[in-house]
Amino acid sequence: MSMIEMRGLRKDFTVRVKAGRLRREKRIVPAVDGVDLTVDGGEMIGYIGPNGAGKSTTLKMLTGILSPSAGTVSVCGLTPVPQRTRLALQIGVVFGQRSQLWWDLPLRESFALLRHIYRVPPAEHAARLTRCRSLLDLDGFLDTPVRQLSLGQRMRGELTAALLHGPRVLFLDEPTIGLDVVSKQAVRSFLAELGARGDVTLVLTTHDLADIERLCRRLVVIDHGRVVHDGTIDALHDRYGSRRRLVVDLESPLPDGFTLPGASVTAVEADRHRVSFALDTVSAGAAVAALMASAPVRDLSLVEPDIEDVVARLYTSVSGGP
Amino acid sequence: MDRLDARVLTISPSSPFRESVTTFGALAWSGFRRYATYRQATIAGSFTNVVFGFLRCYVLLAVAAAVAGGRPGGYDATQLATYVWVGQGLLSVVALWGWTELADRIRTGDVAADLLRPVPPVTSYLAADLGRAGHGMLTRFGPPLVVGLIFFPLYVPARWYTVPLFAVSVVLAVVASFACRFLVNATAYWLHDARGPIMLWMLSAGVLAGLYFPLRLLPDWLTVTLWVATPFPGLLQTPLDVLVERDGPALQVALVALQAVHCAVLLAVCAAVQRRAERKLVVQGG
Repeated sequence: MSMIEMRGLRKDFTVRVKAGRLRREKRIVPAVDGVDLTVDGGEMIGYIGPNGAGKSTTLKMLTGILSPSAGTVSVCGLTPVPQRTRLALQIGVVFGQRSQLWWDLPLRESFALLRHIYRVPPAEHAARLTRCRSLLDLDGFLDTPVRQLSLGQRMRGELTAALLHGPRVLFLDEPTIGLDVVSKQAVRSFLAELGARGDVTLVLTTHDLADIERLCRRLVVIDHGRVVHDGTIDALHDRYGSRRRLVVDLESPLPDGFTLPGASVTAVEADRHRVSFALDTVSAGAAVAALMASAPVRDLSLVEPDIEDVVARLYTSVSGGP
Repeated sequence: MDRLDARVLTISPSSPFRESVTTFGALAWSGFRRYATYRQATIAGSFTNVVFGFLRCYVLLAVAAAVAGGRPGGYDATQLATYVWVGQGLLSVVALWGWTELADRIRTGDVAADLLRPVPPVTSYLAADLGRAGHGMLTRFGPPLVVGLIFFPLYVPARWYTVPLFAVSVVLAVVASFACRFLVNATAYWLHDARGPIMLWMLSAGVLAGLYFPLRLLPDWLTVTLWVATPFPGLLQTPLDVLVERDGPALQVALVALQAVHCAVLLAVCAAVQRRAERKLVVQGG
């Protein structure tokens, strides 16, 4: 059953730009430009794109706080804007850059208040809170007012707050932004565990691709308001020609005109002593054998394709394109 | 879907009304708790109320002494002193000034979190404000009253129903004040920055609600117009007039009824404005 459906979803913003001393011209800027997307129940999708691509705008339309200019959208079978209050019971939202907790209240009281707001039966609330407390290690700061929490602690509180009413869809807008490595790990493993249970559909926007690699099998890339990729991370590598690289340290400088059949030189460094080859058609074993036969090798390493590189290439190719 | 079914099974015999009351109560309690965190601010605020109470009281008593007959606006000296000291106590209960929370949340985009909850924003802000007022009643109302009692002869109500009627009037004043502040703050939905309207509100509310001087000192036609056409006198002057029994029993009750009408209209306007805002709303920030 599809949990989220978007058909031809658009959002246009009207901006006024200076066009002369006093004159202002209206200009229509499409922030989301015809997005079609279906997300099934239990899926975890990564929704990524460069700054200003339309990620947050899409998320706002999905959660019912922004009306679309055109197209249709349905989440949990509801139309977000007109049925916002009903939808609120079914979804959880975490915005990495803003807080849904009460600044002056300790987490424990915020959670108790959320139980009343969402009208969750006490036993259910207690069970979910106990699980979050152990998984996210909340016990040390449950009685600290939110304003005194560190960013990592607050984010763990935000995640708990978004889950206490048992949402069917969880929207996460940059949940790991600004967190240190340890907190990021904690958030990721919590989300991974959540996804493994399969009862929550998860939509994650982020700039940290490690989040996506760790959590999402499906990746949707959006740029200039349009979906430019929808598929697995492997499909992305295939499509954008990601190749494994062989990095070789040589005893002597690389001779001019050196070639390795089926591979191409991508970088030459350290006075021509260090060379990187992209393995286009040749296997790693054959490439190493051919190299050992023709040049004195001191050291070598094989580098897997990096999602950051692929996405950077994807962003620039789309932005630079017509 | 099985998760939803589970929820239905575990819930006790459901009573939507009781649940709504519980939710409202929990939100009000959160408002109370939030203000209870700032104890030093409470003490400093009370001290300021008391200092200004002396200033206002002496000014009004001087006016009373200078007026022929000693009854400016129909108040005698004890009624005026009571007007001032109870007014100083009520000031932070009705929170005539200084609430910019909604405007700030609209400007920063944090209002998104309010909209993502299953409770309408007007309801949740009203509940929290009643909690805040409850905290104000417990902590800020008493000190100026006690100081007034020590230093001045205060008016003791003669009618048995005056004090309960005063209590009702205060609750209505809090609701009306909340609704006005909500509307002023809600201009931020369109203006992005509500500092102008808030400033205008702060300048006008004190005068028009009868804080600086009782509105009865104005010409009759102006007083009546203000009372009927605007909610301002209902924010402060009405509860005080009710308490000091400035008018006969019929008018005393009628003034509270008028407050109730204003509250109903204001809350309806708040709900309409909020609906309107949600339709055009652009939540700020990425």
